[in-house]
Amino acid sequence: MARSWQNPLRDERDKRLPRIAGPASLVIFGVTGDLARKKLMPAIYDLANRGLLPPGFALIGFARRDWADQDFGEIVHDAVAEHARTPFRESVWQRLAEGIRFVPGSFDDNEAFQRLAKTVTELDDERGTGGNHAFYLSVPPGAFPVVTQQLAKAGLTGGDGWRRVVVEKPFGHDLKSACELNAIVNSVFAEESVFRIDHYLGKETVQNILALRFANQLFEPIWNANYVDHVQITMAEDIGLGGRAGYYDGIGAARDVIQNHLLQLLAFTAMEEPLSFEPSQLRAEKVKVLRATSPVEPFDETTARGQYGGGWQGGAKVPGLLQEEGFAPDSTTETYAAVTLAVQNRRWAGVPFYLRSGKRLGRRVTEVAVVFKRAPHLPFDSTATEELGQNALVIRVQPDEGVTMRFGSKVPGTTMEVRDVTMDFGYGHAFTESSPEAYERLILDVLLGEPSLFPGNDEVELSWQILDPVLEHWAAKGAPETYPPGSWGPPSADAVLARTGRSWRRP
Amino acid sequence: MIIDLPSTTTSQVNSKLVELRERGGAVALGRVLTLVIVADDGAGLEHAIEAANAASREHPSRIIVAARGSRTAAARIDGQIRIGGDAGASEVIVLRLYGPLAGQGKSAVIPLLLPDAPIVTWWPGAGPAVPADDPLGAIAQRRITDSAAARNPVRTVRARAKNYVPGDTDLAWTRLTNWRAQLVAALDVPPFEPVTGATVTGEADSPSTELLAGWLAAYLRVPVKRVTTTTAEGIVAVSLQRPSGDIELHRPDGKVGTLTQPGQPARRIALQRRSVSEALIEELRRLDPDEVYERALRGLSLLRTKSKVISA
Repeated sequence: MARSWQNPLRDERDKRLPRIAGPASLVIFGVTGDLARKKLMPAIYDLANRGLLPPGFALIGFARRDWADQDFGEIVHDAVAEHARTPFRESVWQRLAEGIRFVPGSFDDNEAFQRLAKTVTELDDERGTGGNHAFYLSVPPGAFPVVTQQLAKAGLTGGDGWRRVVVEKPFGHDLKSACELNAIVNSVFAEESVFRIDHYLGKETVQNILALRFANQLFEPIWNANYVDHVQITMAEDIGLGGRAGYYDGIGAARDVIQNHLLQLLAFTAMEEPLSFEPSQLRAEKVKVLRATSPVEPFDETTARGQYGGGWQGGAKVPGLLQEEGFAPDSTTETYAAVTLAVQNRRWAGVPFYLRSGKRLGRRVTEVAVVFKRAPHLPFDSTATEELGQNALVIRVQPDEGVTMRFGSKVPGTTMEVRDVTMDFGYGHAFTESSPEAYERLILDVLLGEPSLFPGNDEVELSWQILDPVLEHWAAKGAPETYPPGSWGPPSADAVLARTGRSWRRP
Repeated sequence: MIIDLPSTTTSQVNSKLVELRERGGAVALGRVLTLVIVADDGAGLEHAIEAANAASREHPSRIIVAARGSRTAAARIDGQIRIGGDAGASEVIVLRLYGPLAGQGKSAVIPLLLPDAPIVTWWPGAGPAVPADDPLGAIAQRRITDSAAARNPVRTVRARAKNYVPGDTDLAWTRLTNWRAQLVAALDVPPFEPVTGATVTGEADSPSTELLAGWLAAYLRVPVKRVTTTTAEGIVAVSLQRPSGDIELHRPDGKVGTLTQPGQPARRIALQRRSVSEALIEELRRLDPDEVYERALRGLSLLRTKSKVISA
């Protein structure tokens, strides 16, 4: 019956109607963490405020705290009041608060999971969540095996309705561990009900790369090795790692950022046009391009890594990584990583993709810069084009979302002189204020069962396959090079590009 | 920044805009559309501009306000340019048109339109009877009216049905979106049974209630009863009759709705009435004809006239 049912009120031309998730609840493990407080809870409120959560939606917290439902409700309330994007409305909050539950317990406590199972069943009756439950594992990957096993043991992974599990990065620390992790999660949840959050993919600008490339005639003809000289993908942060030692020490910039965010950005930038925007089609193209991607050797010359030292940055004295609390004084964790990748297919043969990421760099910025070849012939005197660089198309992912184009233009005056100018499209500074936060989009997609913005396990494994040789090479190399805070990385990073006569763009 | 240009012409306004851009460089944001606001000069005007400014945070636009002043005064345009903090993420050009010029809004607006960008015309007050025939409506891709602001809202919305031209839309329709979304979602879950009848309850002069009833009549193809009430403002309740029991969405206080379905606990939904700027933001999100609105308007003729009156 369900299959043949046609909702008479649905009309695909009705673009106003928001996609409201069906009845469901969300169980969060690790509610005391930063992520839950700063991102998840506010995102859930914002969704409720936009009217996108189902009536009767329930939020369940699970943690080792001696809290009652109200105490947890208060925590959520404070998190929402402080971090939510949309204005606080009492009526919306009251509806949300009615569905908030808390289950105290630790991960090895069988009884706690029985209580959780009971709470979930009660919610099915009281709030009509209909057996649809998503489990958000906002916990270190080390806890995945025990939590998933406990969920299975308590009978929470099956029953009426759907069960989905949401996991956060890191998805392992190399190919082997990622495969193990996938095996553990997949032993309890089928692959189609596993949602791996890469919050970059929830950003409007990342989705806009697809629109820019595949909805326009202007860019696609030049989007290949005939015209593109190289591609730079940058994710820089100006903050350090104070307070994040537990997570970051031994992980480093490459595992933290390049393996997931930057390789996904590369996939979006380099992939072929999908047949349609069906999740499976989109994934198929991403997998294809990742499979064609490999690191360029020799790694001594094509990769760089660094560690920020202490010094002055932007008017404040900041400690180096080794002085940050929690890091070993001889830590070899890199806070800057740059790699050179090649995409071996007809479209991209010979075009290097440079990926870099780091902490305590000049400023916070994420962008994809496609740098074009020089015009093959310049009918000007060489003096006229001395200041002319290479054309570039830059997709600014954050902050100041938009697209920049650089091209040559005549300098006003009596002589012919051509110089680089910038053309800017900003989707408004404003756009960011009212555009949904990435987590909102992703949580909604989980509840709707819409997987296109989540990397599948094959993508995760392929990404590790690309990065593993570089990581192995680095592991044998000892301490990374130190770079001053507020700079754009160590000198060896500049050498990576200089060896082929190129240079990093200053974002 | 607010710059007054009393007794001006549009070419002076234009050169001032270019001058501001060259001097400040501030007006370099990508504008996605021109929003023309047509209204009588008066107290309501600032509210409309404020709502449009708020909407510009999601849709950066140039806002041109054609404010009709006294028709008996001498012919004159008083211009005003607002940029920066006084204009949200937009630039606002207010043209106060006096005397015979009050009827010549189009000639004043055309020189100031952004090149290529789509044009949306919005009448925050009582709009023209046939928006597409209005000179300022004819140049626009989208024409936004607000039946609720008319003197006789229900008669107005029925007239809109008669005069509909693709590209027309009405804020009374936009205010319905949350209701419609909940009703559609309610039919997405089991039991999957056909709806045999529907009842829509609301204020007698609420155009949104009419449109909701019209939408249900058009899509469900069942008799829809329209019940009027004086107990609350706007839409109060909808019920969809099905063999296993009714789906009911009831909002007695204009804020919180209760959704009841057979075999499921009653659920409460925040369903507050939407502000003008919220409605406008949704409206500017799409610039193509709204076929669903058209069908809802056609559905109005299928409605039975008032069958029952509930009073406070």
